[in-house]
Amino acid sequence: MIQQIMEPWRWQMLFAEWPKFLKAFGITLEISVLALALALVLGVIFGLMSTSHNPLLRIIARVYVEFFQNTPLAIQVFFVFYALPYASIVLSQVTIGILCVGIYTGAYMSEAVRAGIGSIPKGQFEAAASQGFTYIQTMMLIVLPQTIKIILPPMVNQMVNLIKNTSIVTMIAGGDLMYRANAYATNDVMSYGPSYLLCGALYFVLCFPLTTWARRYEARLKNRDVITNTKKDKVEEVAA
Amino acid sequence: MIKLVNVNKSFGSLHVLKDVNLEVAEGEKLVIIGPSGSGKSTTVRCMNFLEEPTSGEVYIDGVKLTHKNKTEVVRNSTAMVFQQFNLYPHMTVLENLTLAPIKLQKVPKHEAEELAFKYLDIVGLREKASVYPSTLSGGQQQRVAIARALCSRAKIILFDEPTSALDPETVQEVLDVMIKLSQENITMVVVTHEMGFARQVADRVIFMDDGRILEEGSPEHFFENPTEERTKAFLSKILK
Repeated sequence: MIQQIMEPWRWQMLFAEWPKFLKAFGITLEISVLALALALVLGVIFGLMSTSHNPLLRIIARVYVEFFQNTPLAIQVFFVFYALPYASIVLSQVTIGILCVGIYTGAYMSEAVRAGIGSIPKGQFEAAASQGFTYIQTMMLIVLPQTIKIILPPMVNQMVNLIKNTSIVTMIAGGDLMYRANAYATNDVMSYGPSYLLCGALYFVLCFPLTTWARRYEARLKNRDVITNTKKDKVEEVAA
Repeated sequence: MIKLVNVNKSFGSLHVLKDVNLEVAEGEKLVIIGPSGSGKSTTVRCMNFLEEPTSGEVYIDGVKLTHKNKTEVVRNSTAMVFQQFNLYPHMTVLENLTLAPIKLQKVPKHEAEELAFKYLDIVGLREKASVYPSTLSGGQQQRVAIARALCSRAKIILFDEPTSALDPETVQEVLDVMIKLSQENITMVVVTHEMGFARQVADRVIFMDDGRILEEGSPEHFFENPTEERTKAFLSKILK
């Protein structure tokens, strides 16, 4: 591999194929974005269900989380790809990727949401109830916004895992980035070195901005009180 | 305005309220005193169904509170000030004050803000409108909480030990606001250990012990010649 990446002609050949990689990158991006949206929605819904007073909702949320956390993503994908057609449900590889990765990650996200809700003091729920907010309003306006600071780090871990996990569709020939790299790596000249390096770099390009943004946003949330403090000090200085 | 009929409340095997009967007239300032564990907080928390009675009935403005209608009745008629303030930490003071009017009473934003500033003036904190609660002292937070309760324009404000969590030097600023408030035609039910406040503001004082109303009467009656031995013993301890 080391030797391969020193050979310029291999890189020239690889970049001649660039449009194909770009298209594959687009597919990975598409699966990632849509699966992420699905995972966030499921994470919030099942996270709320798992903290509800209704035991049935709690059980449903529990079953969902335990099932998807404790079986491999690959088997879930294979099941949907190979078994569902027998029930006349045929989905495209990209759709399968979005659904499977989204539902799988949603289970982890709902656990983060549940932990976040659990960390909010009881007084917040009581204040909301004393003002006449309904359960859903309490969650959406008062509780969930407060959990962001707490659940952001685990959520971002899950988002990055989600992006990397979209490579699972390679196993069902999904045409994603990993699939393209694989296909190129096993071509007639066997340029696996440059191919996998480029592939890794492209995943990095997707994930790194996300983690960087999250780190900054988290710091900003944590500094918010301090910032208003300094603002206040400034006002007082001016007043004095 | 408020009526409790044979209210009982148990937490597991702990029988906290025992056949409490109580009526509060419109505009009345009722102070509830008693040793800790006597059920005074639970009594006031039953008035907005933060605790639902195990048996017995609670009427607000003639309407019987039920699990189903509590959110609506509470929204329209009552507000509460808590021992721990329970301001929403992710919102500025102004947002804390306008959230319920905007989301629940559907008041236009600029009107809600006008109202908020009016009440911030009353509690003397207009200049703190744009800061987050964590930058305020306990006394200031509690004054904001009182302004928040006023913003709901509820006819009934329930105070659950509003000064018990405060530093001694900030207690008076909160009491001053409550005294100012007592001149309005708002029904106030106040659980407190501040006997000076009770003497100055209360129309009626209730002494609770062991889940029962042991004695009730005017402040003069209480502080000059209470009849029950238990009341005398309590007052002699607290008035030292």
